[in-house]
Amino acid sequence: MKLIVAIIQPSRLEEVKQALEDANAGLMTVTPVLGRGRQKGITEVYRGAKEIGSLLKKIKIEIACSDDFVEPTIEAIIKGARSGEIGDGKIFVLDLSDVVRIRTGEHGREAIG
Amino acid sequence: MNSGDTAWVLISSALVLIMTPGLAFFYGGMARKKNVLSLLMQCFFIMCLIGVQWVVYGYSLAFGPDVGGIIGSLDWAFLHNVGLKPFDGYSKTIPHLAFMVFQSMFAVITPALIIGAFAERIKFSAFVVFTLLWATLVYDPIAHWVWGNGGWLKDLGALDFAGGIVVHVSSGISALVMCLLIGKRIGYEKTAFAPHNLPFTVLGGALLWFGWFGFNAGSALAADGIAANAFVTTNTATAAAGFSWALLEWIKDGAPTVLGVVSGAVAGLVAITPACGYVSPTSAIIIGIVAGVICCLAVTVLKQRLGYDDSLDVFGVHCVGGTWGTLATGLFAQKVINEGGADGLFFGNPQLLLNQGIYFISCIAYAAAMAWVLFKLVDVLIGVRVEKKDELIGLDLTQHNEAAYTVLE
Repeated sequence: MKLIVAIIQPSRLEEVKQALEDANAGLMTVTPVLGRGRQKGITEVYRGAKEIGSLLKKIKIEIACSDDFVEPTIEAIIKGARSGEIGDGKIFVLDLSDVVRIRTGEHGREAIG
Repeated sequence: MNSGDTAWVLISSALVLIMTPGLAFFYGGMARKKNVLSLLMQCFFIMCLIGVQWVVYGYSLAFGPDVGGIIGSLDWAFLHNVGLKPFDGYSKTIPHLAFMVFQSMFAVITPALIIGAFAERIKFSAFVVFTLLWATLVYDPIAHWVWGNGGWLKDLGALDFAGGIVVHVSSGISALVMCLLIGKRIGYEKTAFAPHNLPFTVLGGALLWFGWFGFNAGSALAADGIAANAFVTTNTATAAAGFSWALLEWIKDGAPTVLGVVSGAVAGLVAITPACGYVSPTSAIIIGIVAGVICCLAVTVLKQRLGYDDSLDVFGVHCVGGTWGTLATGLFAQKVINEGGADGLFFGNPQLLLNQGIYFISCIAYAAAMAWVLFKLVDVLIGVRVEKKDELIGLDLTQHNEAAYTVLE
């Protein structure tokens, strides 16, 4: 089982959601986050005081899935989020040791989908 | 000179001033988080830009000594000859300066209304140049035709108490032209652009309602019975329109919405503007109910059918509402209410409705054509629309280097 964490542009969220749904991987948690990669940030100025390279708004998507869903999920995220420009974001794939469904107490693969 | 009249007009000027920041919150709440400051900025900046333009030459172009019925001369530039004594041609009981400053607030809010149409995608520099040109070449001439001594529409016999055409139709049609030319926002129709802060919109709508008493009742230019009538009809029509819009939504979509009731109230304010000093409170109820219904349909049905992206519905509320109000004045006006007015169609005088029509068509055609020309001009000079990257990040950061809300702390 893997935990896929993707950081994407806020404006691509609808496309990514649609692509994930098309790939039958529509379960996700979405959080607005701040961050900065190679795109750098934009310098903000408040009454002359500069805040250089401030953080930009991004969207974080977290998806837990079984191993055979990892590649389709990654492909769907790329399909929805890629514009080809700097700042499109990153995808991190982490090992996931267990999943528990709170309602039933199920563990592992039964709980993931 | 009358101290009561002078006090009322000065207070009314302050009331109309607060409408522009009110409008900023009304619009800002409907925008997305990343663009709220750009709308507040555009409204506030117009107060600064036109506040100076009006004194330097705007007032003279609109109200100065007539040149051929088309425009005022520059004789009153820098308020030369505009002083502490009344100018009998406009108002016998208040200082000429008080009349000038009251009119300046109208000159400020009119271009501010347009910004709702190109919201979330205009370059700030282009907005500044367009606004200055529009105020100079559209607002000032139309104000002169209708309100300036010698203006060619003033003697036509059309009635426009507080600026249904001069303010709302001229800005509303320009807004439609602008949003058609600038194009849709990225993602429009694919994504729902939910208003980011409806409480702001309610606050803004409430400030507009409050300030509009100055706009309409102040336009009597006296603290008299006509001002009181305008005050009452304004409140009544606004209430009726907010009510009818919400009711229509309730029937159509299953729930009355906050955005709906506030939008309805603004539609009612717009519609009663040309009529408020000439119609009875009973007529105001009818004008308001109809305004709420047709503006709601314009925004929810017409816009979808035609597919234009008028971001914050300037056309649907101001042009449609202002048009209805102008024609309604031709139907419901009564000489019993205001001796200086005329009887409308329902009181035995079809001529007034005809005059209203001529008045409406000449102004709307001029404003639409000029908005088109000015857009093309500014687009060639500096480009009107921001780059795609900037539009996605938002205008607050890319045009003003600021963010409205911090996310951390």
